[in-house]
Amino acid sequence: MKENIKISVQDLHLYYGDNHALKGVSMDIKKNSVTAFIGPSGCGKSTFLKTLNRMNDLVDNVSIEGKVFLDGDDIYDAGVDTTILRKKVGMVFQQPNPFPMSIYDNIAYGPRVHGIKDKKTLDKIVEQSLCGAAIFDEVKDRLKKSALGLSGGQQQRICIARALAVQPEVILMDEPTSALDPISTSKIEELMEELKKKYTVVIVTHNMQQAVRVADDTAFFLLGELVEFGDTKNLFSYPRDKRTEDYITGRFG
Amino acid sequence: MRSKFDEQLKMLSSEMIIMSNMIEKAIQEAIDALFSQNVEKARQIMKDDELVDQEQKKIENICFQLLIQQQPVARDLRTITAAMKMVTDMERIGDQAADISELTIILAQSPYKMKEDNIRKMSAETIIMLLHAVEAYVEKDIEKAREVIEHDDIVDDLFVKVKTDLIEVMQNNTDYEEQAADLLMVNKYLERIGDHATNIAEWVIFSLDDHMKEIK
Repeated sequence: MKENIKISVQDLHLYYGDNHALKGVSMDIKKNSVTAFIGPSGCGKSTFLKTLNRMNDLVDNVSIEGKVFLDGDDIYDAGVDTTILRKKVGMVFQQPNPFPMSIYDNIAYGPRVHGIKDKKTLDKIVEQSLCGAAIFDEVKDRLKKSALGLSGGQQQRICIARALAVQPEVILMDEPTSALDPISTSKIEELMEELKKKYTVVIVTHNMQQAVRVADDTAFFLLGELVEFGDTKNLFSYPRDKRTEDYITGRFG
Repeated sequence: MRSKFDEQLKMLSSEMIIMSNMIEKAIQEAIDALFSQNVEKARQIMKDDELVDQEQKKIENICFQLLIQQQPVARDLRTITAAMKMVTDMERIGDQAADISELTIILAQSPYKMKEDNIRKMSAETIIMLLHAVEAYVEKDIEKAREVIEHDDIVDDLFVKVKTDLIEVMQNNTDYEEQAADLLMVNKYLERIGDHATNIAEWVIFSLDDHMKEIK
């Protein structure tokens, strides 16, 4: 496995019952980069994202073939502990979903689950995570207040901070800004630039301009198939596949 | 959404045709005025250059509107970018027709000592280049654009011929040195028009060529 590849997916098939939802996807995701998945609803991009930390294991009637290597180890091997896997590969969802507890406890939740009890250590993790998610200055005086009192954009950054608190290596984001206003969106996008210095970031987005702005590489999915994958600037200026060109230029159907 | 976008792209194409026709007329009339020594007509051409500038602004505005409304990518983006670059070269061609007319006002003072054939031929060739380049854009015909670039050799050859003719005039008629120098400028303007038409054709190829370029 090449050194700068964080995740290598090989011929991945996924079935929801009889429905063949992912048809032989292969892809190398680079370390310390932002990779975007685009495509119409139902094309399999979110499903594919969820295979990267085995979130689909939680769905009934799913069967998966193929391999997903994280740093060279297949995450679908029998002995893999999914709790540890999901600590390494964190996730942020479309709707901000802070727990109904204080900001501090939201961030400390993960580390506590993983056995950290020491107050000073937790304080440090909470501050670092909030800084990492570019929200510390906005909430530092109200850490004991409920996270539900924050704006949508702030809640989403709390969720990113919560993902960072367990020191992940990869952060998966499923349409992280689709419920946010342009100002919050722009903050999250700037944050991605920062995050990729330390982590590998993978996002699903319906906003193609967002993919152009933030992603180093972009993958276009259609009907469960990976149609095209490559350098974002090239994909949006010289798409190789007619289906990609039709989709990104708005020729649907 | 897409059908509106396609309508707007069609409108862009028709305005490009309008602008190329305006410039074609300017070159044609500038050369007619030059050889008929028609000062009034020359002044009119200089004045009409304003209309070319207005048309350029109009096309640029359409392009801006398309960029903002449609946030184009891939070939759409290249089509619009190319139009914005092409009108710059087209506007310069318009300026050069006006420059020729400015010289016409001076040149109208005495009869010519040289034959007009090659200069006329040159203007005809540059017009063909210009019209074919813009047609290639509208018709999305990459081969036609490539032919325009090759066609520039004809204009360059004529430039050398006219220059040789003018040197001969200068050597044999010392009274006509100034006239010959002015005509050499006309010669150079026409040669530059060929270069601008070549640039236009290059932008057409940029807009149509789907093969990936290195983008860094």
